[in-house]
Amino acid sequence: EAVQALAIAQTKAAIPALIAALGYNNPGAAVAAVDGLIGLGEASVLPLLEQLDSYNYGARAWAVRALAGIGDPRGLDILLSAAQNDFAMSVRRAATKGLGSIHWQQLEPNRLQFAQSQVLKALLNVSQDHEWIVRYAAVLSLQSLAISVSKIQPDWLAQIQTKLDSLAETDESLTIRARVRFAQQQIKLALTASHQ
Amino acid sequence: MSDSFDNFNGEQLTPAQAIENLRSLDLGLRVYAAWWLGKFRVNQPGVVERLIEALEDEADRTEAGGYPLRRNAARALGKLGDRRAVPALITSLSCADFYVREAAAQSLEMLDDRTCVPVLIQLLRNEIAGTEPSPVKLDLPQPYEAILEALGTLGAIEAIPDAKSFLDHPVNRVQYSAARALYQLTDDRQYGDRLIQALKGADLQLRRSALADLGAIGYLPAADAIAETLAENSLKLIALKGLLERQVGETNLPDLSDGAIKVMTLMDSLL
Repeated sequence: EAVQALAIAQTKAAIPALIAALGYNNPGAAVAAVDGLIGLGEASVLPLLEQLDSYNYGARAWAVRALAGIGDPRGLDILLSAAQNDFAMSVRRAATKGLGSIHWQQLEPNRLQFAQSQVLKALLNVSQDHEWIVRYAAVLSLQSLAISVSKIQPDWLAQIQTKLDSLAETDESLTIRARVRFAQQQIKLALTASHQ
Repeated sequence: MSDSFDNFNGEQLTPAQAIENLRSLDLGLRVYAAWWLGKFRVNQPGVVERLIEALEDEADRTEAGGYPLRRNAARALGKLGDRRAVPALITSLSCADFYVREAAAQSLEMLDDRTCVPVLIQLLRNEIAGTEPSPVKLDLPQPYEAILEALGTLGAIEAIPDAKSFLDHPVNRVQYSAARALYQLTDDRQYGDRLIQALKGADLQLRRSALADLGAIGYLPAADAIAETLAENSLKLIALKGLLERQVGETNLPDLSDGAIKVMTLMDSLL
């Protein structure tokens, strides 16, 4: 409850306490702290990154969720690694979703292309995860990446579309095949809109 | 599928070895083999026959009189999907061991064979002699949740009057199973809405249980309530998956109904 009050207060002064709450081994407190840190956005990023190495596994997983929700490019390396390697599917799921909601306009133009190419590679990889929910997040993030890069990197767009076409035919889960169709519709819609 | 799988200890068990182990003198090996054959859905010649044989095992007994090997064999037979197991599983519905009856009801549900319906109804009425109550809940004479859920899935409309009498059972989860089955049998929204009400309950375990029931029946009007339930996102996502697949199953991909799109939009927000 105290954590929730801090989270709602939305003041930068609360950041250290919210970060500490990620390590309490109390899921209710951690969820509230993650929401609070996401609400504070950019200001939370450096304090989160600075303490990441000292976290135990549980706190680290919550920190990944917070970074995924904030979408600041400084968290990109952490998200790339968690999406592909974390052993908990809920962390891979959150990190994968985070890869699709990075605020690209915050990145210097000379670093943008490399960063996006890394995200593309990771998402294509994660779209083969053995857990359906992680693949679901990968499809959503491929959808947003496709829309972001459609004008500047048409060959990446084509790569994403090829992957989605193949998932639409071969994924064993009906849910994933449905989400892929929805992604294809959304991409088509965005492309049509940008041509007008 | 490859020919061998790691077990808990990192040792390898092969299907042939597991089938052999079902007749081992070591009772622990037998119980483990029955579980393992179901877990990895090993459907080789001879497996179903030996598991059916294991349903009559008398050697493996707990101190309380339970039959661990029979329980695992009954569970495995549902996963293997071979309807030759139906008569033996129906016989197991009369077993003294509560958990054997529960496993048999769940497996008969999975095998989707209606011949078990009359016996399931008898069991629901607690009319089968010699069946012992739950060892942990002595006032629960039968595995009602499993029985009701099987009757719902099997489309047993003849069970509707009996199922209705469980809507005010003292155990909440039994009530939910009755509502779930009645929705499947009648398509009447009052039963789905009852489960939506259960999402607002004070007990987390019961909210989780209602989430699973709504996912199982794919009740679309529950979509928003599921997304707002105070429970883990992973469980809400599984429930919404049930709604989505019901929606998608009624149209045909690549067409997506408005309901399907609504459910996916909610799922996106919960990742």
